[in-house]
Amino acid sequence: MKFKSVFDIIGPIMIGPSSSHTAGAARIGRVARDLFGKQPTWAKIHLYGSFAETYKGHGTDKAIIGGLLDYDTFDERIKTAFEDAELAGLTYEFIPETAHTEHPNTTRIVIGDENREMSMVGISIGGGKTEITELNGFPLRLSGELSAILVVHEDRSGCIANVANCLAKYDINIGHMEVSRREKGNMALMVIEIDQNVNEQILKEISNLPNITQVTRIAD
Amino acid sequence: MEVLFRNVRELVERANEENKLISEIMIEQEIMITDRSREDIMAQMDRNLTVMEEAVEKGLAGVHSTSGLTGGDAVLLQTYMKKGNTLTGELLLDAVSKAVATNEVNAAMGTICATPTAGSAGVVPGTLFAVKNKLNPTREQMIRYLFTSGAFGFVVANNASISGAEGGCQAEVGSASGMAAAAIVEMAGGSPAQCAEAFAITLKNMLGLVCDPVAGLVEVPCVKRNAMGAANSLVAADMALAGVTSRIPCDEVIDAMYRIGQAMPNTLKETGQGGLAATPTGRWLEAKIFGGAVVGSGN
Repeated sequence: MKFKSVFDIIGPIMIGPSSSHTAGAARIGRVARDLFGKQPTWAKIHLYGSFAETYKGHGTDKAIIGGLLDYDTFDERIKTAFEDAELAGLTYEFIPETAHTEHPNTTRIVIGDENREMSMVGISIGGGKTEITELNGFPLRLSGELSAILVVHEDRSGCIANVANCLAKYDINIGHMEVSRREKGNMALMVIEIDQNVNEQILKEISNLPNITQVTRIAD
Repeated sequence: MEVLFRNVRELVERANEENKLISEIMIEQEIMITDRSREDIMAQMDRNLTVMEEAVEKGLAGVHSTSGLTGGDAVLLQTYMKKGNTLTGELLLDAVSKAVATNEVNAAMGTICATPTAGSAGVVPGTLFAVKNKLNPTREQMIRYLFTSGAFGFVVANNASISGAEGGCQAEVGSASGMAAAAIVEMAGGSPAQCAEAFAITLKNMLGLVCDPVAGLVEVPCVKRNAMGAANSLVAADMALAGVTSRIPCDEVIDAMYRIGQAMPNTLKETGQGGLAATPTGRWLEAKIFGGAVVGSGN
C-alpha cells in the first residue's frame, strides 16, 4: 500500500497550487538536501513528463529550490525561493527533458559543492506523497517520510550484519531494509528505514565499521 | 501491512459488524498503523480543519492569482446569494462559493490543506462549511467529516489513483467529490452503506473527466471543477439519503475510474497539451502569461 496514513489523503498543509507539483516537489528537494547532508552550492534539475511540461505554472521549480533550502511544504518562503537561493549562494539550472519515464512526475536532481556531487531521482505520486527511486546510480525505494539511514559500502560479506549489530546495540528497530548494488563485488547501498531517529554517535560508529564508505540519514 | 479495510466493501462491512461510523474505523486504523494516540491524531486533523477554515475565510474576503486567471468568484457568489433570489438554493451555492474560495486561495499560492490534492482542495471543505450551517455539528463531528472523507480517499489512492497526471481530473476532483458525498451522508445521519452509495453515484458522474489546465496552471478549469464537484456531491448525498442506490458497486466504480485513467492519452493528463489548454483561447492565455515561451526554456 502506497498510502498508509489518513493524513496522506487529508493533508499535507501546504502552499498551493499543486500537491504533486508543488508540495511533492518541495519534499523531493528537501530529501535531496538531507541526503547531501548540507546545503549545496549548485543544482542541476532535470524534469520529465508532466513536471517538464507544467513546472513553471505549478511553481515546481520554486518548490524544489525551496526544498533544497530546507523549506517544508507549508513554508510561505517557497514563493521567494529563487531570491532566497541567490542570497544563500545556491545557483541552479532547470532542464526540461523529453525522455519518457515510468512515472509522469519525475525529476533527477544533481547537486553539489566544491568538494563532491550527488545525483538523486524522485517521483511525486499524488497528494504530496513522494518516493526516491535512485541515488548515485543505485536503484532504491524510499518514501522520504520515515527516518532512514543510507549506507554506501563495499560489496563484501559481513557488512550488513555489522551495521545491523550496531543498530541492535542501541536498541534501534529496523522497519524496512533494502540492499542494492550496481555490479557484483563493487559498491553497494543499504537503505534502512528505522522506527527511531539515530544520533551522530551512532552514525559515526557505523561509518567506522570495515568496508563502509559513507553514511547519511534522513530525519523523521 | 495489516489494515482494517482494503476496499469500500470491507470498510462498510466492518462498520456494520462493529456498529461503528466509517470515521471511527478510519481513526482506529490510523491508531493501529501509526501507533500514535487517538488524541494526537484528532489534534492533527483539528489543525487541518483550522487551515481549511482560514483558507475559506481568506477566499471569501477576495483573492486573485498572480496570473490574473482566477479570483473574486467566491465573492461574486456570496454577494448574489445575499440577494436571496437564487435558483438552486442557499446551501448548494454556499458550498460552491466556499469550494471556489479554497481553490482561489490555492491558485494564489496561499496555504491550504490538500484533500486529497491541492487542485481538488475545495470540495471537501466547501461542502463541510456549507452543510455545517444546516446540521450544526460539533467540532468533533466536523473533524470526523474529514476522517470519513479520508477513509474513501484512502481506498481510491491505494486501489486506483488520486493524481491528475496519472488518472486525469476524475482521479482528483472526482475522488474529492465522492469523498465529500460520503462524509455529508455520515454527518446527516445516513448509514455506512449509504455513504458508499453516495460515493459511487458521485464518481460515476465524473468518470472520464480529463485534466487539461490552461497554461499548466491549477486555475482554469480547476477552480470551477471544484465548484461543480461540490454541487455534484451534495446532490448525490441527497440521492443516497433518499434510498437511491448505484447498480455498479462502489469498488467497481473506483476500478473503472482507474482503467479509464490508464486509457486516457497523456495530452489530457496534466500536461497542459490537450482539451481546454489546447483551445485557441487557452493557447492565447498561455502565451500572454508566459510571454510565448512556456516550455523548454530552462532557467
